Amino acid sequence: MTPALDRLRGGAPAKRHNARTIAALTANPGCTRRAVLDAAGIDKPKLAQHIGFPGNFGQSRFALARGNGFEAMLKADDCALLLSVLRDALGLDTPEVSYDDLGEDADDTLRARHGRTRKLLAAAAGAALIDHPLLTLDVAGRQVFLEPDLIAFQVEGRLHVVEIKSFAIVDGQADSAKVSAAAVQAAVYVLALRRLLAELGHDPSLVSHDAVLVCPRDFSLQPTAVLVDVRKQLSTLTRQLKRLASVSDVAEALPQSVSFDLSLPPADLIASLRHVEARYAPECLSACELAVHCRHEAAGTTAALGRPVRDALGGVDTVEEALALAAGARTPTEEQVEAAALLQAAARLRAEVLGS
Amino acid sequence: MSTLTALARAQARAEGRAQPIATVRHLHLHARPFVFIPYAMAGEANAPLAALAGTGPDDPRLLVVAQPRNRDDRFAFAAELAGLLLPYVDSFTAVAEAVAVDRGRDVRYRYVDAPQLWVPNTGGVDFIRLFGRSTRFRTTEGEYAVPAGVPLLGRWLTFFAGSAEVPGSSLLLNAVQALSSHWATGQSSAEDAQLAALMAWLRPPPGRSVLEAAAAAEDPAVTPPAGPATDPSFDNHVLAPLLSVAEPDVAELSEVLRAQLLPTWRLMWQALDLLGTLPPGARVASRWDGDRDAFSAFAQHVAEGGPPQPRRDGAVAAAARLSRLEAAATRYAVQRAFDDPLVMAEHRLAGAAFAAEVTLAKADRIDDSGKRPVLRPRIMVVTSEPVRVEPGAALTSPARPGQKATVVSVTRLDGTKTEVLLELSGGMGRKLVAEPGSVPEVGERILLTTLSEAYRPGGAFPEPDQTPWTHGGPPAPAALPE
Repeated sequence: MTPALDRLRGGAPAKRHNARTIAALTANPGCTRRAVLDAAGIDKPKLAQHIGFPGNFGQSRFALARGNGFEAMLKADDCALLLSVLRDALGLDTPEVSYDDLGEDADDTLRARHGRTRKLLAAAAGAALIDHPLLTLDVAGRQVFLEPDLIAFQVEGRLHVVEIKSFAIVDGQADSAKVSAAAVQAAVYVLALRRLLAELGHDPSLVSHDAVLVCPRDFSLQPTAVLVDVRKQLSTLTRQLKRLASVSDVAEALPQSVSFDLSLPPADLIASLRHVEARYAPECLSACELAVHCRHEAAGTTAALGRPVRDALGGVDTVEEALALAAGARTPTEEQVEAAALLQAAARLRAEVLGS
Repeated sequence: MSTLTALARAQARAEGRAQPIATVRHLHLHARPFVFIPYAMAGEANAPLAALAGTGPDDPRLLVVAQPRNRDDRFAFAAELAGLLLPYVDSFTAVAEAVAVDRGRDVRYRYVDAPQLWVPNTGGVDFIRLFGRSTRFRTTEGEYAVPAGVPLLGRWLTFFAGSAEVPGSSLLLNAVQALSSHWATGQSSAEDAQLAALMAWLRPPPGRSVLEAAAAAEDPAVTPPAGPATDPSFDNHVLAPLLSVAEPDVAELSEVLRAQLLPTWRLMWQALDLLGTLPPGARVASRWDGDRDAFSAFAQHVAEGGPPQPRRDGAVAAAARLSRLEAAATRYAVQRAFDDPLVMAEHRLAGAAFAAEVTLAKADRIDDSGKRPVLRPRIMVVTSEPVRVEPGAALTSPARPGQKATVVSVTRLDGTKTEVLLELSGGMGRKLVAEPGSVPEVGERILLTTLSEAYRPGGAFPEPDQTPWTHGGPPAPAALPE
């Protein structure tokens, strides 16, 4: 982490990343505000709350309980059930599989756990399930620990990332949004594992790009495993992480007055936010904690109505400008000529049909 | 999104109220619809939690699952829903009418009316599909018996969910989609997906501006979600304490769930009222005839003891279904445009239609170059709209859908005007003299489009046992019972 990014955060400790937050980075790659805030490790939910635009990102405890219950069931008796579905999915007949649990999530054991993870992976022999391995990834020039929420399955010299999710696969089909979110998260782990293997002097391609997704089947709690090819997600992620590396330059170019120290009054924070450009789209509402504020800021722009609307309006920036062009009350710039003609034709047709 | 709809959204935003994007209603609105608002248990695979259901705004029936994780309680909910839905469906199987088929050589029967289900959003449609899947294969006998009516409920729910995929069908509708295909709001479609936020634009509560109402609609503490997903903080702070005991207090549970569901119930009926203010499109009734056909056929299938719908279609059945859906989508798009000048305007903007004035007309022109002389009037039209048709193209006018106008020549007059010479055939009677009014007259303004309602034959599909190897080959024969 560069000093410029650290300064933005004020006295607060950097927010830890996990696969979910890193996966979220790929959602709106054009947004500088999000890139800067995430790279600086700023607590966005708290920031949004503090400036009066709280997001709605609660999670039902029923969903958490079911997820935890499903995972516990799979991992009981040294992962007996998990192994049986993995054997089916990967077509294995390996009789003996070792199981190593590298321990529960706790801040003070991060380094030790990472060390043991490296040691286990360096050994790389035989079939093994490695639970809670601790991986690291470079995000914006800073090494972050990935919250251990995964199992790496090592068999025949190859490593597979195993993601346990509690959404159901009914008749071979599942909610596509949930599957793609799981695929991006799995890609984060694949990437981190590959980088670790490369560091240890192994061939990174030993980590398979086929992640294993383990979900309940139909309406029961019976697990089923499917392979998900995450190559596409991997390339998106790699590109986005590379882009994030240049964020420290953006941060350094910001005026000294810009700070996201949560002890500052809301007005100052909002002023600081204005210095870092956002690219709001309605999709942000379900992905970014700061979206409600950005939407408020983007009021009156065509982008706030959604990308398809903006495109259909010929890429004109604001609603006011689009309507003025449609009414012929504004002279279009050179690149707006075509859009203006289309808008005027559309306005004429609407007026003709609606009789106004 | 078309530029026309995008412009309507921009206007809605600037004026602070929703704008019409249709001049007629493109769906059948039933006099006695069955409104169903399901809530599902978070985290579970489509486990029902509660629902409001009923056929009148003043008569919502609340169904509650006492312990959503308990299988018996879930099927008790299904049985209760079956007790409401099946009598409703059955009430339409009393009176049938005869329909001539095969050019009058045969008749078949269809019911004079059909059921219509309404849910708030696409999530509600998914709930119906999955709940149908989880109930239709159950058995009412043996170790895992479920109450009578549950498997039948599952088959009907599956039928409704399947028909919701057919463009233009009105058997199962969702309020968000129905409203947003008739009005554009000044927010994005992501925000429109919440029924309350959409209704805030269409019918803001008295004394509130649209923006205030939309903001209130987004706060789950003020406006509970329309389901099937519940509000997480409701789950954590209200539901969890109630469900933490072995025998939850059903009365209290009912009370809190009713309070969550009732606002959406009121919105649903408001939405139906609002759609009722639009006159129906001219081709809506014929599409509803198709829905009645589908309903009658399935009711007969059920009555004859036919098997439940399969988990997944076989290759041939899937291809045939896809072909039917594509045909329905094309037909629906054309019919919407023919019924509604505002929808046709989108095609005019895209160059697939143009409005023109008739400048010359020779109504009695006879083409005698073939074996028999035929009536082929020619008209000349002039338009200032962009014309993207070539000589030889066949055009239709919504005012005379049975008549074909073949483009003979296209001449650009100057920068803005285009002259099109057309030869007409069909829709003029059987004689060599056109019926009065069947040929456009000089001075008449007509609309011409490349869209056509002409019948398009469906694809030919092999029998399942002839499935080609490209599609997995013939399915394996069903295992013989031992």
